[in-house]
Amino acid sequence: MKTGFLHNMWAVLLKDFQIEWKTKARLNALLFFSIATLLMFSFAVGPNVESKAAHAAAYIWLSLLFASVLSLGESFRIESENHALEGLRLAPTSLKAFFLGKTIANTLLLWLLSLLIVPLTFALYNVELQGSWVLLVLVLLGGAAAIAAPGTFYAAIALGARSKDILLPLLMFPVLVPALVACVKATTLVVEADPMQQLSSWLALLTAFCLVYWVLGTLLFPHVVEGD
Amino acid sequence: MADAFALELSNISKRFGTHWALAHLNYGLPPARSLLLTGHNGSGKTTLLRLLATAIQPTLGQLQVLGFSAKRETSLIRQHTALLSHASYHYEDLSAEQNLKLLARLLGKPSAQLPLLLERVGLSSRKQSPVRQFSAGMRKRLAIARLLLKAPRLALLDEPFGELDPSGIVDMENLIRELKAQGTTLILATHLVEQGLSLTESRLHLNQGRIEEAS
Repeated sequence: MKTGFLHNMWAVLLKDFQIEWKTKARLNALLFFSIATLLMFSFAVGPNVESKAAHAAAYIWLSLLFASVLSLGESFRIESENHALEGLRLAPTSLKAFFLGKTIANTLLLWLLSLLIVPLTFALYNVELQGSWVLLVLVLLGGAAAIAAPGTFYAAIALGARSKDILLPLLMFPVLVPALVACVKATTLVVEADPMQQLSSWLALLTAFCLVYWVLGTLLFPHVVEGD
Repeated sequence: MADAFALELSNISKRFGTHWALAHLNYGLPPARSLLLTGHNGSGKTTLLRLLATAIQPTLGQLQVLGFSAKRETSLIRQHTALLSHASYHYEDLSAEQNLKLLARLLGKPSAQLPLLLERVGLSSRKQSPVRQFSAGMRKRLAIARLLLKAPRLALLDEPFGELDPSGIVDMENLIRELKAQGTTLILATHLVEQGLSLTESRLHLNQGRIEEAS
């Protein structure tokens, strides 16, 4: 049997899915947290239907961003329990493959969460989708990937810190500003059927952001984990 | 040509913050030998085992494990070394079988041997249970199964008798003898000195991070 890079990546991805499937703790918690956040935004904005609909995309992405902090922290808590990550490191496992496997797992979980909360948001905020559902689903996937790569990287950095729950959002949020803006704009444009043909430029920004952080994360992750 | 030493420590030191856990260790262990590491709590036994497993890097000095440089060839050392440590390395939400399958996948080993391994460590009947439900002794038995699955050239055993019941201790002694018979280089750190001496050929006594006695 082979133990190549892709093999290692698949093993890590499969392991994360097995844990999630067994416990379902993360997805359930994230779903209720996101719904609670969306409701809080709704109460805060008040009964103004037009204002709610206009800012629905921002609420969706803010809710996903806050949920991602919980999700990413939890994804590394299971690695710190019993020093499981050290066990994988000494197996040995390619840490670049580990990063990619973990980031893909985190991306898919956030994507699934977004697929669950977007219809709910549209119903709650009276949003009517004028563009394509397929395009919206792709924007959600791009956004999840944009949050997951730096998020997984910074969650690994925060793992060794005493105040990791505070450190993770402090490290992650400033970096994610361009991705957040691109996600909100792209989602709004898809909802409005892109009347001014601006969508492509925001998608380009989101793609570039993903490329930079997926590549940087993969290259730098082994140094973060191996440093003692 | 065979390596002259399975382990070669040249002026090895390890510092955590301002505390030197190990200081100026010089030692060589020939291949297929077994070594007993003794010393009081905090003497540096676990730190030394973790250095040899490449879980951590020395602050100073040169370390060669199985003929490979611990600094430049960590992956090669890790392929042939197994550490039975205080940390069990298990995923709590996975079952015993799933934990072993994960390691088998990473090592590129067939999972067909897993039922035998689980039988050997006495966990067959609980192989589907999540590790979270295991007692300390059962976790130790699963860690032993991990070690057996890896079939290492160098086995590093940190307090291997801890948490085991009397039958588990006998099994562990048999395992150590079996590993030795297979030509595995073995390093055993334990406070049970008499038991350790009966299983090993050499001894290294550490005191405050320094070698006090080597025999």
